[in-house]
Amino acid sequence: MFKTPDGKEIFVLDGHTHFWDGSPENQSNVHGKQFIDCFYAYHTNLSPEDQLWEKAKFEKYSADDVYRDLFVDGPDDMAIIQSTYLSDFYKNGFSSIERSHSMAERHPERFIVNGTFDPRDGEKALEYIHYMKETFDIKGVKMYTAEWNGDSKGWALNDPAAYKCFELCDKLGIRNIHVHKGPTIIPLSKDAFDVHDVDYAATDFQNLNWIIEHCGLPRLDDFCWIATQETNVYGGLAVAMPFIHSRPRYFGEVMAELLWWVGEDKLLFGSDYAIWTPQWLVEKFWDYQIPDDIAQERGVQLTDEIKEKILGLNAAKIYDIDVEAKKAQLAGSPVQMAAE
Amino acid sequence: MHVEVLKSELELEVWGRLESVTDPELDEPITEMGFVERVEVTDAATVNVEFRLPTYWCSPNFAFMMAFGIRQAIKSMPWVKQVDVQLNDHCFGDKVNEGVNSGRAYHKVFAEYCDGADLSEVTDKFNAKAFDRRQETVLLGLQAQGRDPKGIVAMTLSQLQKVTFEGGEEAQQLPRYLDLLISQGLAVHPDDPAFPTWEGQAIAAEDVTEHLKRLRSTRINMEFNGALCRGLAKTRYKEVEIGPDGPTLVDFITGRVLPGAATPVSS
Repeated sequence: MFKTPDGKEIFVLDGHTHFWDGSPENQSNVHGKQFIDCFYAYHTNLSPEDQLWEKAKFEKYSADDVYRDLFVDGPDDMAIIQSTYLSDFYKNGFSSIERSHSMAERHPERFIVNGTFDPRDGEKALEYIHYMKETFDIKGVKMYTAEWNGDSKGWALNDPAAYKCFELCDKLGIRNIHVHKGPTIIPLSKDAFDVHDVDYAATDFQNLNWIIEHCGLPRLDDFCWIATQETNVYGGLAVAMPFIHSRPRYFGEVMAELLWWVGEDKLLFGSDYAIWTPQWLVEKFWDYQIPDDIAQERGVQLTDEIKEKILGLNAAKIYDIDVEAKKAQLAGSPVQMAAE
Repeated sequence: MHVEVLKSELELEVWGRLESVTDPELDEPITEMGFVERVEVTDAATVNVEFRLPTYWCSPNFAFMMAFGIRQAIKSMPWVKQVDVQLNDHCFGDKVNEGVNSGRAYHKVFAEYCDGADLSEVTDKFNAKAFDRRQETVLLGLQAQGRDPKGIVAMTLSQLQKVTFEGGEEAQQLPRYLDLLISQGLAVHPDDPAFPTWEGQAIAAEDVTEHLKRLRSTRINMEFNGALCRGLAKTRYKEVEIGPDGPTLVDFITGRVLPGAATPVSS
């Protein structure tokens, strides 16, 4: 719960968080090391200095860290934990649904744990979707199109094998498809970050919500163009958010673009924990105003009402969360850290 | 002594030449982005260039394009007999280095990884973005000079070539815009319109505002990516130490080559 300076309580649903293990013990090869190193560079580059973590903690943090950073020190009411395996890089997966689920069990009312699958696994991917639905009753999945899988160095949402998986998701009521467009490696003849497959998939699966994490960055312009035409395409703000600290004017330009093209009802806050923690992001976001010249040019502004939607109400809608009932439930079971 | 002076003069010349190589995604010189970390002229005829991108995962096709761009830029200097280009610490680095130094043609090296397809799709896409970004800066510069939309869209190539800006980004971008305009055949004759769209269409005076909105999206995205790349390049090899005054970023990691280090150790 975030309390505004004038005492209003704002419901915060953090749409993009992880409980990963990127430690050297879990790395299979240099790619595993380089993957977490790259995350760490995002962390060190865009965090305020007093929020920096040491490398070892960043590689593998505890369940207690998650509770404290999100719900005790942080303003989150709820958080969506995403799963990402990267099986070619990590022995037990980078962030597995089993590990996240057992972490979340202490406060199940505060977590939504999403699954993931790799369409290139064919029949096995379909079986795995059934397993995740039956075992964890997942409401959403995280897709990472740049994942390596043997000889394949990436895939697209409109690959036939992916469509089979999305058909099954639709049938089982797994409605929220979070997409991270990382860099695919081969073929070199295509733009590695191309987001046009989102257009096809969103058109062909109207029942599913397509939440494009990082708003398609580094293809924000292409993403805006697609999102404006598709009613079921959303933008996740993770990675854009921390610019509010390091480059506030860019942040204003990006928000103005997103509000103009994508709209206030389709943007979702995400801290990208543990790359960044939600406390400073939400505080700065609530205080933030798009600079006048930029706001006037696009005719948009981040009003309190719009901020409230972005921080939680929009995500609550697509995850079928009754915000008032949830607030009442959480008020009855505040998060407390065990005494040390 | 004489040899040393000559060597450093030639190296300076190489650095200058490398300014013409751009990151296709950002449309900015790789030297300005800090990607080039070592230039060495070994015997007045051989040039070694090492470069490094902001992350291990930067797109391999762009890495290839930059590597070949470096090679081509250096080879175009008359005294150069041999070039060795080295991309460091990248997920596709071995293949890029092997390809660029193999002496084989650019498109043949690529074809291996693209089922025979060439790079025209990617090149076109990013040329279009570069064109839009340069055009926006020039258009805004002309607006700031007090020209109205009608006058701007009526401008011809020869008229634009006579425009001068008093510094700023528009002064930098005008020659770059003209370069792309002419090299892409979008304006050939002196009387051709100076501001077609990338598709070669004319822009009507009443559409200038809408046109600028679209260009603006492209520019914001590119600027954002540029800021991210610069930042990541800066922190790629840094770690955090927690001292008595709280956390600080430390510049040293054992066994790693720092970007821009004077004497890099080959990995």
